Formats: sequence, C-alpha cells, structure tokens
Amino acid sequence: MRPVAIVGAGMIPFGRRDDDNLMDMLAYASLNALDDAGLGDKGVNAVYVANMGAGMLNHQMSVASALVDRLSLQPAAAESIENGPASGGSAIKNGLLAVASGYYDLVLVVGGEKMRDVSGWRATDFVASMTHPTAEYIYGITLPGMAGMFTRLYMQKYGVTREHLVQVAIKNQEMGALNPYAHVESRITHEGIVDSWHSRVNNPPVADPLRLYDVCPVSDGAAAVILAPLDLAKQFKKTPIVIAGFGQATDTHSLQEREDPTDLKAVTLAAQQAFEMAKMKPSDIHVAELHDAFTILEIAESEHVGFFKKGEGAKALEQGKTKFGGQIPINVSGGLKARGHPVGATGVAQVVDIVWQLRHELPKDRQVQNAVNGLTVNFGGFGNNVLSFVLRRGEK
Amino acid sequence: MPIDLELESVLRPPEVPMVPYPPKVVTLANGKQMVVREITREDVPRVLEAVRPITTYERDYYDIVASRVYAELLGWYRWRIVNEFVLIAQIDGMLVGLVNSRMLNAKTGMSLHTLTTDRGLRIGSHMFAAKMEHHIEYLKQEEVLIVAESPIGFRRWMIEYGLEPTNIPHELGGALSFRLSKELYFATKDRLVVGDRPVPKELLDKAMEDIIVVDEKTVAQKICGVKGR
Repeated sequence: MRPVAIVGAGMIPFGRRDDDNLMDMLAYASLNALDDAGLGDKGVNAVYVANMGAGMLNHQMSVASALVDRLSLQPAAAESIENGPASGGSAIKNGLLAVASGYYDLVLVVGGEKMRDVSGWRATDFVASMTHPTAEYIYGITLPGMAGMFTRLYMQKYGVTREHLVQVAIKNQEMGALNPYAHVESRITHEGIVDSWHSRVNNPPVADPLRLYDVCPVSDGAAAVILAPLDLAKQFKKTPIVIAGFGQATDTHSLQEREDPTDLKAVTLAAQQAFEMAKMKPSDIHVAELHDAFTILEIAESEHVGFFKKGEGAKALEQGKTKFGGQIPINVSGGLKARGHPVGATGVAQVVDIVWQLRHELPKDRQVQNAVNGLTVNFGGFGNNVLSFVLRRGEK
Repeated sequence: MPIDLELESVLRPPEVPMVPYPPKVVTLANGKQMVVREITREDVPRVLEAVRPITTYERDYYDIVASRVYAELLGWYRWRIVNEFVLIAQIDGMLVGLVNSRMLNAKTGMSLHTLTTDRGLRIGSHMFAAKMEHHIEYLKQEEVLIVAESPIGFRRWMIEYGLEPTNIPHELGGALSFRLSKELYFATKDRLVVGDRPVPKELLDKAMEDIIVVDEKTVAQKICGVKGR
C-alpha cells in the first residue's frame, strides 16, 4: 500500500441551513475542498459520499451519483456510504484504501447531513433507528437515553461527577464560540447552567443524569477532503497531511450484550490499530477530535484511546490537560457539542479540523502550537462501529 | 392626530384595573442577568422600533408573530385593545424579548404572543413563564387560553407544560385554544418558573433608564444566525 495524504480540505458552517438542500451543502463543501487543493473540476477519479439519512430525512437516495453530476465530475466513480454516525470515517477509509491500493490517484470524500428538515423529535427517532430493532428500539430507547444510562454506569464505576460533564460542556462551547464553522456560538457559564437555581430552566434534564448542555445539537452541515498518494501530494499548493494510520472495529449492536457496557472496546481497538499503523503512541499526539455527542463520551474516549488510564479522564479534565493549551487539547473545534453533529458529516469534519491544525492555518486563539500529529475518533451507534485516524503533518 | 373626544369615548373600551407585575431578574445560561419587567403605554413606541424590522423575517414564523405583536402593541397604545399587559426582557438595558397577553375577563387570561430577539438561551421559555406567572399569581386568574403559531412555540408551551386541549376558539383566530389551569401552573411552576425578587437597584435602574434597541443588522443576526443559518 502506498502512503496517502490529504491535499485539500473544506467545510461549510454547521447549523440550521434553511436555504440549502443536502445536495447544495455537499456541493459547497466539495468545492471548498477542491479549491483548497487547487483542483478544478477535472482529475477526480472517484467520489465517496458519507450520509446516514437522506432516504429518511430528505427523501433522496443515490446522493453520490447526484453529487457527481452536480459538480460535473463525470465519469468519476461514485459511491454513497452509510455507516450511521461513523459514515464520515468509513468514507475516508474507503477513499484511503482506493488511493493506497494504487487504483485511484485523486479521491474526493465528502460527508453531509440535512437534519433540520424535520422536527427535533423526528430527528431523534431517525438517530434511534440505528439501535437494535427488537432489543432496544421497540422499547423506546433513544441515543440520549442510552447515553444517560451509560453515564450513570460510568459515574458509579469511575467516579465521574456531574461537575466533570459540566466542565466538558463549558470547555467545548467556549471553543465553539471561536469557531466560525460551529453551530453553537454562545458561551455558557457555571453559574448559568449549575449554580443558579434558574439553571433548572436554562439546563433542563434530557435523560438523567444528562441535561440539555450535555447533548450535541441537531445540525445541518457538510465537510470534504481530497486524498492523493503522498508522492503526488507535493504538487499541490498546501502542506500535505499524511494519513499515517487508521483503525476500525465493531462491538455488539445491543449495549446490554456487552460484558461491561462501560468498556468501549471498539474505540480502544480502532485507536490501537491506528497508532500501530502510524508507529506512534498516544503521547505522540498533539491535538485530538473525539466524538463528544454527549459530554461523557469525551471523557470515556480520552481514556479508551490511551491518553489517560481508565478512570483518570475526569481527573485529567479537572487538571486542564484536555483544554486548549493543555497537555492534549481535545475538541478545539468545539467538538460535536458545539460545532454540531450532522451525522454523515461528522467523521469528515473531525479530519478537516485536524488538517487545519496540522497545517497551522488556524487563528492564534484556536491553533495548537507546533502541532504535528493529530487523532480523530468517529463513534458509530453506541460504540458498535468506530473509526480512528492518526494524521501527521507532511513536508511541503 | 386630532381626536374627537366624544367619539373616542365610544371607541375606547373601558379597562379593568390590573395589579402590576413585580419585576424579577433571571440568570441565563451564559451567566448574564436578564431583567423581566412590565412596561407602560408610554414605552410602546420604543418597543415598536424593535419589532418593526422583524416583521420581514420568515424564519420560524417571526414575520407572523412580529406583525401580530406590532398590531397588538399599537392597539394597546391607541386604546383599542382592552386589559393588555406587556412584559419585556432586558440585558444591560437591551431589549431581548417580550410577551403580551390580556385579561379576557376576571377568570380567564388570553395569551397573545412571545417574541425573542436573542436566541439559544431559553429567553422565550423564561418570558412565557413570566406571562403565566402574572396571569395566575398576580392577576389571580383561574386559567389562561393559549395557542402556538410556530412549531417552536408548540414544543415550548403545549409539550413542556403539558397544556390541556380545549374546544374553545382563541381570539387570534387560528387553532383551538390549549388551557393552562391554575392547578397545572402550580404543578409545573417548580420546573419552569424562576426569577429573583427584588431586582437589585442597580440592575433595575439600568433597565428603567432606557429600552435599548439594537440595530436591524444585529437583530437579523440574532434571529437568523451570524451566517444566516
């Protein structure tokens, strides 16, 4: 397999994009990535589109074929990839394999989701449709409900407290407020969401012990990358970012079938594979984007990828190790919590954010100084299908 | 505008005296202090300045709600709507939301509208709660009749309060009314109604000093998002 680099990256601001349909968003993100790479509409061999719910949410299928036409990229090959909230990571992995194999030279990977076309409860039901149909969904489980139970178990086992969750929420909204691509633009304070008795209205329960500010918003958005073999990457205008390693692992569909539901085995395995392939260890990473669809997941994943020992993620958070300027800044973009979580886009958006970090392109208030290596974790289902990427700054 | 006082006495409906709403202060999620207080007729022209540009924003039915609020406030200002009250929300003097409502009779309140110009902080929830608080706790009414004109309103009022559907037409002329009874209000009060009294003098003085109206561009950004999203 030949090494593969990211030579173009683009995103559109996440949020509620009433004036754009799914194809508009996918096209804008793709064009941003193509422009970033200095490519026109020629030369792309294949297009991989990550999307989870166009059929259910937007009554549209075969989005990859439609996008190729929209961008006039024919006769490029085109595939749509659906793998729940890990669709973005899956699409990058498939694009990566296609380039690494030598079959294609230039691949566009774009992820997008248009979730705000439906009401909040329909969006919640749509996301819940990935749970086990007969063991979970029929009993009314939702992802927030599942995360609430997971959080309670994690609290009991590892001593995580409500205060730790609050710290993640405040940290990520603080960073999101600095990110022009983030859905949530407002900062929150401890007083406003915890201390004041008024917080019972500001931050109401969603799924005990999770409250409103523990949960990511429902967003529209899209992000894209251009992949090329590393030996061609130097021909492009930007510093290439090498995909040094990737991993993917699965776990039981139903959470109750896991020996220890607090053990996110697929996260551990995916990250281990990525580190092994990259010949790196967790301490080599300078910046990470973890899948914080719920605040607890940032803490749990920071342990499962090996940044901290099991049960020590919350302590590291307390000590400021995961904040911007800390030992390992996590979710400097604001994460899913603030940037938003258009499910099909998320895995690609995480990679785009790390690409910008490793190119040292971000404004000072968000740029991790001298960042060379980055990690992403894209978490599908409730940890039943996880992808992880280790990225490394290449040489221009 | 010249007024024929004799005719005006016929056109102008008699009003029932209403006890004032005592101001309160609410701490928002971003830590800012929001003063909620009742305004007088004399304040209406200033508030209309803030409402006028919003009548053109389609997003989330702001155009319908703002247009109706404009007419209802003007109607109150010109003595054509009876027993109306208007509560506003201010942060550092700046207007960020308002609610209006009226007494249909001594027993029943008729909720009119809730309009916020700063979003994502549950200001609408706080303001709707203040409106219900005024009807039930200060005006001592037995029930309030409510409709929603946007999906957000439906989620906030009908779902969060568990309002009771009725067959009673609402005077806004759309869907049938939902009811917040006194019992339901007190059953939900702990969860949904907050605020501290008295408001610290400095905060109240700042709010009373002027109703600051932000420029149209800023309001558009607040309602439609910084990047129009």
